[in-house]
Amino acid sequence: MADLSLINPDRQSRLLASAQRFVPALVLVVALVGILAYAQSAGDTFLIRVFTRIMIFGIVAVALNFVLGFGGMVSLMHASFIGVGGYVVAILAYHDANLEPLMIGPFAFTGTSDLAILLPLAIVVTVPFAALTGLISLRTSGTYFIMITLAFNQMAYYFFVALQAYGGEDGLQIINPITFGGLDLSQRSTFYLFTLSVLALTLVLVTLLVDSKFGIVLRAAAQNERRLSAIGIAPLRYKLLAFVISGTLTGMAGALLATGQQFISPADMSWSRSGELVVMVVMGGLGSVSGPLVGAAVYLGLELILESWTEYWHLAFGLLIVAMVTLLRGGIADLGTLVPWLGRNVSGGKN
Amino acid sequence: MSKPFLEVRNLVKRFGGLAATNNCSLEVMRGETHALIGPNGAGKTTLISQLQGQIRPDEGHIFLDGQDITETSMERRALSGMARSFQISSVFPKFTAIANAALAVQARKGDSFRFLGAAWLDRAMMDEAREAIELVGLGDRAEVLAQDLSHGERRQLELAMVLAMRPSLLLLDEPMAGMGKQDSARMTRLLADLKKNYTILLVEHDMNAVFALADRVSVLVAGRTIATGSPADIRANDDVKAAYLGHRQH
Amino acid sequence: MGLPLLLEQAINGVQFGVMLFLMSAGLTLVFGIMNLINLAHGSLYMIGAYLAATLYQMTGQFVLSFLAAMLLTALVGAVLERLLLRRFYDRSHLDQVLVTFGLILVFNDLVRMLWGPVSVPLPLPSLLAGSVQLMPGLQYPTFRLAILAVGVLVAGGLYVLISHTRVGMWVRAGASDRPMASAMGVNVETIFVLVFALGAALAGLAGMMAGPITAVQIGMGEPVLILALVVTVIGGIGSVRGAFVAALLIGVVDTLGRILLPPALGSMVIFILMATILAWRPKGLFSVHG
Repeated sequence: MADLSLINPDRQSRLLASAQRFVPALVLVVALVGILAYAQSAGDTFLIRVFTRIMIFGIVAVALNFVLGFGGMVSLMHASFIGVGGYVVAILAYHDANLEPLMIGPFAFTGTSDLAILLPLAIVVTVPFAALTGLISLRTSGTYFIMITLAFNQMAYYFFVALQAYGGEDGLQIINPITFGGLDLSQRSTFYLFTLSVLALTLVLVTLLVDSKFGIVLRAAAQNERRLSAIGIAPLRYKLLAFVISGTLTGMAGALLATGQQFISPADMSWSRSGELVVMVVMGGLGSVSGPLVGAAVYLGLELILESWTEYWHLAFGLLIVAMVTLLRGGIADLGTLVPWLGRNVSGGKN
Repeated sequence: MSKPFLEVRNLVKRFGGLAATNNCSLEVMRGETHALIGPNGAGKTTLISQLQGQIRPDEGHIFLDGQDITETSMERRALSGMARSFQISSVFPKFTAIANAALAVQARKGDSFRFLGAAWLDRAMMDEAREAIELVGLGDRAEVLAQDLSHGERRQLELAMVLAMRPSLLLLDEPMAGMGKQDSARMTRLLADLKKNYTILLVEHDMNAVFALADRVSVLVAGRTIATGSPADIRANDDVKAAYLGHRQH
Repeated sequence: MGLPLLLEQAINGVQFGVMLFLMSAGLTLVFGIMNLINLAHGSLYMIGAYLAATLYQMTGQFVLSFLAAMLLTALVGAVLERLLLRRFYDRSHLDQVLVTFGLILVFNDLVRMLWGPVSVPLPLPSLLAGSVQLMPGLQYPTFRLAILAVGVLVAGGLYVLISHTRVGMWVRAGASDRPMASAMGVNVETIFVLVFALGAALAGLAGMMAGPITAVQIGMGEPVLILALVVTVIGGIGSVRGAFVAALLIGVVDTLGRILLPPALGSMVIFILMATILAWRPKGLFSVHG
């Protein structure tokens, strides 16, 4: 928490300190623009695809870390938010393509393939889902929280498996091109830049949040709830709000995922995906805002590499995780220090 | 005689079959430093926890400034001016000392639903936090993480957080616990300074400190107060000697 | 829907509940006593089923294969506890989640290496393959009845073990107060291995019993693990009695929900049940830790 110590008397250096927080995010965003430029000049569409996926999971990892690293909530249901957001896009695009309205009770909705409508809609659907599940899981203690979020993940999973009208277990294809207003997002590089913008906004938002008064309370709740109550702040509503914000950002990323792969299925929201998300966050470092983006890149990169080496890449990956967690004393969070320039803007302050 | 600022009336708290607080009554007057002493296991921390709202009593009532607060939540009690330091230091280990104090200021001001501006850009809040940190003598340690402070410093920090709440009543649960002679003496001087401005309920084992600081002393034995009076009265009280001082020598 | 069918499904529900209990008993004990979230508990279920299938194929001895597979699964559990998981009792829950998640990946691929990607058959011996007439119009598979009987027997045995023996007293003491248990001179380390091995054996047994009904395949333990977590949470972490009640509840509600409700709702009904119970009692029905 070196940030709170940066109370220099003069205004200029305070503003500088305030601006410095955004440096890691800026570096990463610039690097991602560079990757697109390179991929385009080399005509490498595979690279564009890979990094689009990395950015989408990067958004999720950054959002998850907001509750996991800063809020101390080990959520194993974030994949379900991906699924909910993804299905909002896929279902409405499906109705748009078939030209038949979506009936919910007496109400009829026409489908759409415009993310300018679909993204806000994904938010509208994710917020109550996150709020309700969050409220029930947060009323219990930390250990129950893990198990209950896992159960809720499975609940959402089974719900979509049972939705035969939308493909059930096989998932739902998106056949018409998705747009954002006038932008055609089926254009790979356009979608890349669009995703990058959402990622950049997410990074800015979370950077602001974790240092805000709200964020300070959230981080305090992760450390010592009893003390927080004793100074007059009831932790629940802060944790709940953080959970909803995180879930909503993840839902938006889910909408992007469905758009990018033109497909969504229950497999995108399986409980093991939720576990993988936690691994991504931890690989990038729990303490920093943008670290988890690096974690997502490392995870998905390793997956690609191991997959090409051996059929049994899950085994290698599992052993890697076990070894990391076992060997790093004081927990795997230490791994964040492998990326020191990211680790600094963190809560930790002193490494 | 004026009305007491804090009044405990016939409080009972049972854990299983054991009554940790057994029909306990206590009055703390505005502006006084009231010490609560008693042998180990007398139920002092349990009582403080009920006063603060961490534990709900089974029977009886607690009044703060004439208001019945028995059912009031811990957070509301804190906001109405009740500040507690814990027997085992309770701070935010990954925040700097000054951030700990700043959070207490923030809690009091009730503006925690601010989402964009960095907390540390709030000058007024940081100034107030620094003031509290300096008051307890941690001025040159303000920027150290709480987890890196020494035991004695953490106790000072907890006091700074308590003061940053601008409390009307301090509940101090063994502020000298685990301190060396030097730290202990410094804390006693600090409390002697504070007692001019605050109403304090002090639980303490260090009898020198108690008799130096307290205006009145209550003796808690087996969950109830057996005597209340000036330090001199208490020293002379035979029941107290039998129940408490005698007990201590074994 | 006719009464016989409803009755059949109700018995199926109880039978499923009993199996869930076998799975949850170890989970809740390990959690309650060692404070360890073991996501890899489902892998032990899978390993039990694979071992039983292989042993039965090799020997043709059904009961013996089951007993041997239980013992071997217990051994796997004990080795896992000694070599790895005991280091995690004092670590954060996040670390526990990570390491046991990693173990799931490892076990799944190990099984795929050893047994191949296709599911393995676990046929029934002729004695258990038939069905019994329970009432006119209700033929019930013998094997399912056998599961029910074995499950109830094991649950009863576990109850006696925990409530009426010295070992059980230690286990209960460990569940409610670990320092106290050490102070009483209980060899906590030994208790830990025993509890873990016992939990593994029961999970393995549950897997073997499910094998002939579903299929012996990779990842078969994971959906059951999550149901067992739901059972653990509803029953109250650390409470074997709570796990028994919750397992039967979940077994019956899940089975009946799937046939009586529309599919989207039926598949969610147990989770809704969990949410309702937790909204009412955040620490479950029979909380050990007060």
